[in-house]
Amino acid sequence: MPDLRLGERGETAIDFMTDNFGGFFDAVKDVLNLLLRTVYDALTVLTPTAMVVVLGVVALVATRRLALSLVLTAGLLLIQSMQLWPETMQTMTSVVVATVIALAIGVPLGIWSALNPAVRAVVRPVLDLMQTLPVFVYLLPTILFFGVGDAPGLVATIVFSIPPAVRLTQLGIQHVDAETVEAARAFGASRREVLREVQLPLALPSIMTGVNQVIMLALSMVVVAGLVGGAGLGGVVVNAVQGLQIGASIEGGLAVVVLAVYLDRVSAALGGQGRGAPAWWPRRRRTGGAAAAPAPPVPTAA
Amino acid sequence: MSATTYAAPGPAATSTRGPQRETVVAAEGLSKVYGLSDRQAAKALAAADPAGAVAAAGGYLGAHDVSFSVQRGEVFVIMGLSGSGKSTVLRMVNRLNEPTAGRLLVEGQDVTRLPADRLRALRNDTISMVFQHFSLFPHRTVRDNAAYGLKVRGVARAERRERADAALERVGLGDRGDKLPHELSGGMRQRVGLARALAVDPPVLLMDEPFSALDPLIRRDMQDLLMQLQVEDGRTILFVTHDLNEAMRLGDRVMVMRQGRVVQCASGPEIVAHPADDYVSEFVADVDRARVLTAADLLRAPLLTLSRGDRPADALRRLGDNEANGAFVVDDDGRLLGVVTDARLVEAVRREAGDLTGALWDDYHAVAPDDLVGDFMHLAGRQVVPVTVVDDAGRLLGVVPRATILSSLSHARPADAAPVPEVARA
Repeated sequence: MPDLRLGERGETAIDFMTDNFGGFFDAVKDVLNLLLRTVYDALTVLTPTAMVVVLGVVALVATRRLALSLVLTAGLLLIQSMQLWPETMQTMTSVVVATVIALAIGVPLGIWSALNPAVRAVVRPVLDLMQTLPVFVYLLPTILFFGVGDAPGLVATIVFSIPPAVRLTQLGIQHVDAETVEAARAFGASRREVLREVQLPLALPSIMTGVNQVIMLALSMVVVAGLVGGAGLGGVVVNAVQGLQIGASIEGGLAVVVLAVYLDRVSAALGGQGRGAPAWWPRRRRTGGAAAAPAPPVPTAA
Repeated sequence: MSATTYAAPGPAATSTRGPQRETVVAAEGLSKVYGLSDRQAAKALAAADPAGAVAAAGGYLGAHDVSFSVQRGEVFVIMGLSGSGKSTVLRMVNRLNEPTAGRLLVEGQDVTRLPADRLRALRNDTISMVFQHFSLFPHRTVRDNAAYGLKVRGVARAERRERADAALERVGLGDRGDKLPHELSGGMRQRVGLARALAVDPPVLLMDEPFSALDPLIRRDMQDLLMQLQVEDGRTILFVTHDLNEAMRLGDRVMVMRQGRVVQCASGPEIVAHPADDYVSEFVADVDRARVLTAADLLRAPLLTLSRGDRPADALRRLGDNEANGAFVVDDDGRLLGVVTDARLVEAVRREAGDLTGALWDDYHAVAPDDLVGDFMHLAGRQVVPVTVVDDAGRLLGVVPRATILSSLSHARPADAAPVPEVARA
């Protein structure tokens, strides 16, 4: 077999991009940092204690389960007592920004590939690649493009968490009963009307499951993001591990777990698995969570 | 004429209003090939054995060379087993299935050539559809479901609501507008499906096995509802079913399909009485013929008719010549005056009567031509003369002999032999 020297060529390509598209990458970096800054400011407007109360109320409204909400609130108070509140909010910031961007890219792409087999044929292997390529392989080029800091971690996080948004949106639309779609068409609805009035509303449970998965995947990247200089709980854990500070690493890890449980339960409830879901939504278990990605261990709360 | 009570809804009831002679839907040589490119399909259809050629090319011939026309106000039933192409044909009418070849005219427009926007307009204001599995929008209320066609049309909210409620009222769901579909039973859901189609008041209604998913009692209710609506609206309906009894009950005409082709297209009773081939007779074997066939279908000429002025002795001799025990007496206009029997004629001869007036008797059962066999079959054989068919003016049209009734009810196929014993008990 001839040696195609793929690695060498790839390296050349990346060098070329760094040399010629530096301005573009800088602009992207500036936008991302601005987003992070804005969201972080918004999340820290309130005092930590007030923020815990707000988050507790949000949990109660979303899940409609008092006991669960109290447990989640207690977890957030635990984070405060460990003096990790600013780092937790930094992590929450990157999760929020990464989720919003991943959804903004993933949901339309999912819709497009659901409606168009050709797009589906292209998108699918790309998604496979994004999910299976070890994170560190594309982490290094992102550092070359964006430098050390929050941006490369955020980009890696977005890349990593787009696939479930695409897949579950596509799945949700494809699983809408064909005859129901046909019924809308039979009454003269245009493709756009069918999409807006029938396919998207009926795919919403699946799309919301995708949102939940995106959030969990984004959170699972925080430690990796910390490795490349990102702020937040990832940084705490990485520093603690590198400095062999077992106590600090336990505290950082615990904070990640609390945040993970909180985001999972709240986003899952918004996604129709709680008691607040519309009556017509199909009852179903969350799909493919454990298999899709190395999500943080989530203990089953009450 | 005690037996002339009309068996309300049935083919008899619809035949009184009768479809007008104005073609609303006309199909000419419609074909549908699945799984082939247009070019491949055209080539395969031109072959000597189109079905074989399509299959050889890796496709499937869903319908081939289907032609029919539906008159305004007619209920046109397309019947066949699953895979016979009946739904394929129905869905080509509003182009949910794109025809591969042929023409389809709806209200004079060639549907197959309509551009997308005109097609949407046609679907919205001319052709509505009711689906087998209801296909309601689960996230919308019953009222919003019923109003969907109007919403697509861009009708203002208040009017939409009013017309949707009126449609729901007609199908008996006036008080369920705020419910969600999953809160209703199957029969009620299909009523919503029907209301959704009726709300836009379309000239043409397509119904794709609309009652097949319902249990038999509910199905019966829905058929009654449809017939009642049809009496009020006189809409043009294309109705797909695999249930022959349903086809007979609802259809003015029935088109039987097999393997994508039309096997027979005729009125229900005609199909039962004269199936075109073994496939159709197989199909009609299960039908409750007593609910389909009418007196007119089984009509025979009376063996012997006499007039009032005949001499009793001559009448008695002619009775003997015909090996009959009784005969009808009619006036010059053919109106039935009564019957005479051999016993009464013998008595009249003994009295030396000059005509038959004294011998006339009313021991016969008269029925109308469109009375269902099931409604009078129990009367057959009680009198000397067979069941007697008279028209509105009281004229004698003919008779339905007991043997004819029994053989018509038992004939599963034309080739069949004599009546089967167990049917005689029915």
